[in-house]
Amino acid sequence: MSKRHVTTTIDGESREFLCEDEQTLLDVLRDVLMKTGTKEGCGTGDCGACSVMLDSRLVCSCLMLAAEAEGRVIETVEGMAEGDRLHPLQQHFLEEAALQCGVCTPGFLVAAQALLARNPDPSEREVRFWLAGNLCRCTGYDKIIRAVLAAAAEMRGADA
Amino acid sequence: MTQKTRDDQTLKWVGTRPIRPDGVEKVTGRARYGADFARPDMLWAKVLRSPHAHARIRSIDVREALALDGVKAIVTGDDLPEIASEQAFVGEEPTDYRMMSQNVLARGKVGYVGHAIAAVAATTSAVAEEALGLIEVDYEILPHVLDAVSAIAPDAPLVHDDLCDRKGEKKAPSNIANEVEMGHGDPEAAFASADFVIDRSFTTQAVHQGYIEPHACLAEAGPDGQVTIWCSSQGQFMIRGYTAKLLGLDLAQVRVVPAEIGGGFGGKTTVYLEPLAVALSQRSGRPVKMVMSREEVFRATGPASASRIRVKIGATRAGNFVAGEAWLDYEAGAFPGSSVAAGSMTIFAPYAFEHARSHGRDILVNKPKSAAYRAPGAPMAAFAVESVVDDLARQLEIDPIDLRLQNAAQEGVQSSFGPRYKRIGFVETLEAAQAHPHYDAPLKANQGRGVAAGMWFNAGLQSSAAVMVNADGSISVISGNPDIGGSRASLAMMAAEEFGIAYEKVGVRIGDTASVGYNDVTGGSRVTLATGKMVVEASRQVIAQLCERAAKVWDVDVERVQWADGKATVPDDDTIKPLGLAEIATGAGRTGGPIQASASGSVRGVGMSFAVHLCDVEVDPETGKVDVIRYTAFQDAGRAIHPSYVEGQIQGGAVQGIGWALNEAYVFDESGRLENPGFLDYRMPVASDLPMIDAVIIEVANPDHPYGVRGVGEAPIVPPIPAVANAVRAATGVRFSDLPLSPPRVLDALDPAS
Repeated sequence: MSKRHVTTTIDGESREFLCEDEQTLLDVLRDVLMKTGTKEGCGTGDCGACSVMLDSRLVCSCLMLAAEAEGRVIETVEGMAEGDRLHPLQQHFLEEAALQCGVCTPGFLVAAQALLARNPDPSEREVRFWLAGNLCRCTGYDKIIRAVLAAAAEMRGADA
Repeated sequence: MTQKTRDDQTLKWVGTRPIRPDGVEKVTGRARYGADFARPDMLWAKVLRSPHAHARIRSIDVREALALDGVKAIVTGDDLPEIASEQAFVGEEPTDYRMMSQNVLARGKVGYVGHAIAAVAATTSAVAEEALGLIEVDYEILPHVLDAVSAIAPDAPLVHDDLCDRKGEKKAPSNIANEVEMGHGDPEAAFASADFVIDRSFTTQAVHQGYIEPHACLAEAGPDGQVTIWCSSQGQFMIRGYTAKLLGLDLAQVRVVPAEIGGGFGGKTTVYLEPLAVALSQRSGRPVKMVMSREEVFRATGPASASRIRVKIGATRAGNFVAGEAWLDYEAGAFPGSSVAAGSMTIFAPYAFEHARSHGRDILVNKPKSAAYRAPGAPMAAFAVESVVDDLARQLEIDPIDLRLQNAAQEGVQSSFGPRYKRIGFVETLEAAQAHPHYDAPLKANQGRGVAAGMWFNAGLQSSAAVMVNADGSISVISGNPDIGGSRASLAMMAAEEFGIAYEKVGVRIGDTASVGYNDVTGGSRVTLATGKMVVEASRQVIAQLCERAAKVWDVDVERVQWADGKATVPDDDTIKPLGLAEIATGAGRTGGPIQASASGSVRGVGMSFAVHLCDVEVDPETGKVDVIRYTAFQDAGRAIHPSYVEGQIQGGAVQGIGWALNEAYVFDESGRLENPGFLDYRMPVASDLPMIDAVIIEVANPDHPYGVRGVGEAPIVPPIPAVANAVRAATGVRFSDLPLSPPRVLDALDPAS
């Protein structure tokens, strides 16, 4: 059985890879391209740790076959900062101590960025429901919600 | 030199909220967790697991699997050394190396669905998975037992044929693996003098720690016998010790490199994969990587014990607790070692009883071996005792916080588990809760407020840390404890405080097992407390050396030299220009060489933690769904080094407890197969389930710590279950004695006809 050749854009770079038919995008990101910033918590789309953007849509990379990435644009947590300049979400996660172990953090950051792209001024309730697909076991979510609201406020200010 | 004390008003860093040293790595995806390591020519390995709850293994045939193209090595129980019975230290879940070895790979018999039988290493994980299907296991299925009540029935199937109760005299084999008893006075006689006695029984189900990162490791055994393991765990020294013991290796042959850990909560204080990966690497001559699926995590790791607890408390009409007695049965799983001893110790710990006794039993069932989970054993005990205390307050018509204050443990009180309390902050914590606006806030229809308290010991154990002065005057600290929730920050802050330098000038690294002295696990809420104490001690030794070096440069008596604000000075002679850390460091080669120190010790003087939680719920009478609408958690932290991470521990613990109270439970079918081994059906709290969790830190300094620190991580999971249950009681008038308080159970109680 020969492997499939796939051409994509990942975090702004054009990338090519070979994959098996059954490999997920998450498998390829982590084990073929060695981009391990995107995490696997469940492999069944329940925890959100593997969240990435696919053509500006939030998806679980564990639920998508790598072969489906052909010609698509993928953004991961590893592309969020611009060089040394952290994205406001990343900065506020640090300032608000919104991570403890940090393994769910990449998924939360990507999902929160997707929220703010659609809704720059979400209520606490809207943030809570949008992030309900991301599990965190350490923080009780309190500081994560505060960090997202603070980042949203800063980003609105920056736009104005 | 200046000795900073907890009363020092000049603290610059302690109590502030700087960004954690490992923060940028963790928000950019660069931090490497257990599954993020790879080596050239690496193999992938998978585990074959038992489909039966209880069966004898007649034979295992791996020939066909071994013949599959790409399969490089297979190990079964026969390939691991026989281990003699010897007690291992696994926190509050005592176990035996022989049993640990049998749990890692079954010998002769499987004890639960998911029990590991064989492991296969192959060129890809897909090939390893395919090979599992080619292994033929001939089972003789045995009758199984799935709950503590059936397990202690006279005709129950024996989980272990030859295991006798370890308490005292030789007994016939049974499923009671251990019994504990503790207390003082004569409760039985004392109940007669009580005006009110409440006697109730409670049950809780097994729950999983629920860390988001599955267990993962990479092992490489060299031809010279040297072994390196990269893995995430709560202790690289624990992984080294257990793996070496189970494989018959010398400790010096094994180096464990700690990865970042994606949550543990007690569940990563033992080995599952590491001995298998090493054995497969030894056989294949190649590095071997193993990563559990979430289903494997649920079926074969954790959980916290299911429990049955009976509590009896007698009180006078005036509200004085006269006597307490408790009977606790905890399910150990298929191997001995539940947290029942810790549960028995904590159950009456918050209160001053003249007569108190608890009886605990560790019971074998055909379920996964239980593991430590945050304040092991205490949350279920608190559910029972705090529910009874709530009922007593209601019956006596006394405010529930007043009743607790009236009976609160404090300095000098004889604890129910033995020692007399030193300075503790339970009274202050209760008073803070009572004075908080939350306690008097109005409630609407179908809403109720619950209050509950809890205690945790915290652990000292063995710690080591190294502190080095770099040539540019920056400081490197090496800790031997994985940073599970911000301990790099608290260690750096204490070091910065000692040296009187900027926090940013301190780098903290987590050393591998060859880089720093031995450390017990990151557990028992002990890292900031105990390893922190070693960082302070090593820093003070380094400061003494810095003073000596400055004295040498100045040719003055070292007694005249003082260290303050990052500089050595001679206070009695202002013609001598102070020497800064960088100046002394740069010149170290001329004054005696590199400047560094390490400190090691068995840390004593842990300050016990007390927590009091207020919970408001709203119960939907149509569906039985319970929503937590307001939550405030109060806790004595001793001294909060980094208040944000102390709050984070309190908030996280509270939410784990809320999940345990409302939704989480292992559900087994009759054959002993877990029916909900995934996050969809094992329902942990998500963001939309919760309000903000207000954390209120009380600081009653621990007199035995240089900065007054008590541990903080575990106490916050102790009160939430009864806080929720007491709130539901207030909202509905129904006392729930069985967890979880899921919609069907609540609805059934509200409307028995439904």
